[in-house]
This record gives sequence, C-alpha cells and structure tokens, in this order.
Amino acid sequence: MSEPQTSLFPQFNGYVTVSCESDMGMIIMRGSVTAKGLGAALGTSLPKERKIVEGKEMQIAWMSPDELMVLCRKEHVADLITEVEGSLSTQHALVADVSDARAIFKLKGANVREVVAKLAPVDMAPGQFGSGEMRRTRFGQIAGAFWMTGEDELNIVCFRSVAEYMYKQLCVSATQGSELDLWT
Amino acid sequence: MLIFECPYCGIQADETELSPGGEAHLKRHGPGASDEDFEGYLFMRENPKGVHFERWRHSNGCGKWFHAARCTITLEVFGTYKAQTLEPPKKIKDQIAVKRPGWSWRTFS
Repeated sequence: MSEPQTSLFPQFNGYVTVSCESDMGMIIMRGSVTAKGLGAALGTSLPKERKIVEGKEMQIAWMSPDELMVLCRKEHVADLITEVEGSLSTQHALVADVSDARAIFKLKGANVREVVAKLAPVDMAPGQFGSGEMRRTRFGQIAGAFWMTGEDELNIVCFRSVAEYMYKQLCVSATQGSELDLWT
Repeated sequence: MLIFECPYCGIQADETELSPGGEAHLKRHGPGASDEDFEGYLFMRENPKGVHFERWRHSNGCGKWFHAARCTITLEVFGTYKAQTLEPPKKIKDQIAVKRPGWSWRTFS
C-alpha cells in the first residue's frame, strides 16, 4: 500500500471551503451485500436504498442494489476486510480496499447546496435532499457521489484519477462572488 | 430533456446521467443461425414514429441497465422496467394502451 499523503490539494477558501481528505479508508463490497451476517460483522445495520448510515467509527453507504461502500479510518481497513470477508465466505461477493483509488472532498459553508447544484443534475433544494442520503451522479463530466453530514457540510467522493478535475470545478463553483443565494 | 426513473435505485435521472443502449428486446442470433436472422440481429432496427422501447444504462449512478418505453414524437416516457425480462411487463403495456390506443411495436401490442 502506498504511503498516505497529507493532502492531494491545498484548501480552497471561496464562499464555501473546499478541502481534500486523503486519510480516509474506503472499502467496496459487491455481490450479495444484503447477506445475513454482514451487518453483524460491521457491527451496525445496513443502509436502505440510497441511504448512508453511521456505524461504529465508520459510515456505510448504499451504492447500488449489489454494492455497499464502507468509509472508515485508513488503519482499520485491513482488519475490517478480514472480518467482512469472513462473514461473506459462503456468498458470491467481492470485498476490495479502494482507499487509494478514490478521493474525498469536504465542502463547508452555508451555501454548500448550491455549489453542488451548479455542477450536478440533482435537485438540491432543502427537503429534496438532506443528511442520511447518498446520491451517485455526475459532476460536470465525471462520475461522483455525495452525501451531507449537516446543513453546511457536504462530502464528495470520486475516482482519484479525476480528482484534479473535481477539485478545479469545485473551486470555480465555490468562487467568492458567484453566490446564487438560492436557499439561504 | 428525457427524465427516466431508474428501476434499480429509484432516482429520477435525466439523460445526462444515463448512457443510451439502443433498441430493446433484441434476440441474439449467433453461430449456427441463418444469414437472415444474423443480419436482422446485427442491423435491422425499428425507427418508429411513436411508441418505442430502448435500453439505457444509469452510467453515472448505480450503473445498472434498464428498459424504457417512450414516445419518439413527444418524448413522453411511458415507464421504465428492469432488464431481466424478455418483453415489457403488462403494467407498462397497459400504460401505453391508455395513451396510445392500438399501439404496436415489433411483436408487442
């Protein structure tokens, strides 16, 4: 495994701050991910369709009918994979550490909703999207997924190979003076 | 702008979030098939003015293939349904019949 870097990109301070987190661990699980025993192995209940749930020192997100993603601390990844693989040993399933294949961006500020609304074809109006939901979509020309951890905090995950594109478009979208003030 | 509801994740996805997959319900004719059948499988496509069935993939979302029934004149969407089927479900056919009485498409009506 490669050495964790402190950050891929510097923090951008627009009307919303954009920062890149690179110390997050990510595990993808594909196959019979609703299998009994998986929830027990993770120590939490599994998310329902399009949801993300908080577990013990981790978050579990529903990605598609046969895919879940676990977000945790990087040092916990190896142990978690062993546990999960054990609980899925009789199932047709894949468990993979994708920490180094993805990048996570954290957006903070009162107007995080509109920074996303400018880039993705998603209804970001309060009441239409909120905490606890996971949404896979596109940002500009690349695929990405996001969830909110509060009214003024939003996380985006995308492939690391396109992280620079994501960072740059988020910075443009969050540039001071480009506020729309749609929902504030 | 076309908006389909993905039958796998329930998201109202607009066409920029999807990839088109061409005509739906094609039967594959491979080795051993007659030349006519193989030609039909490879090249012969419907080009209807009205009710049409297509395959789409929720490529920027859950990544699943699904079917959609829509009208090529008005872009009205009659409904979407999962890919694991050989013909449109009765519910979709009935919905089309309400809006386009007497419709037919290939062998379906």
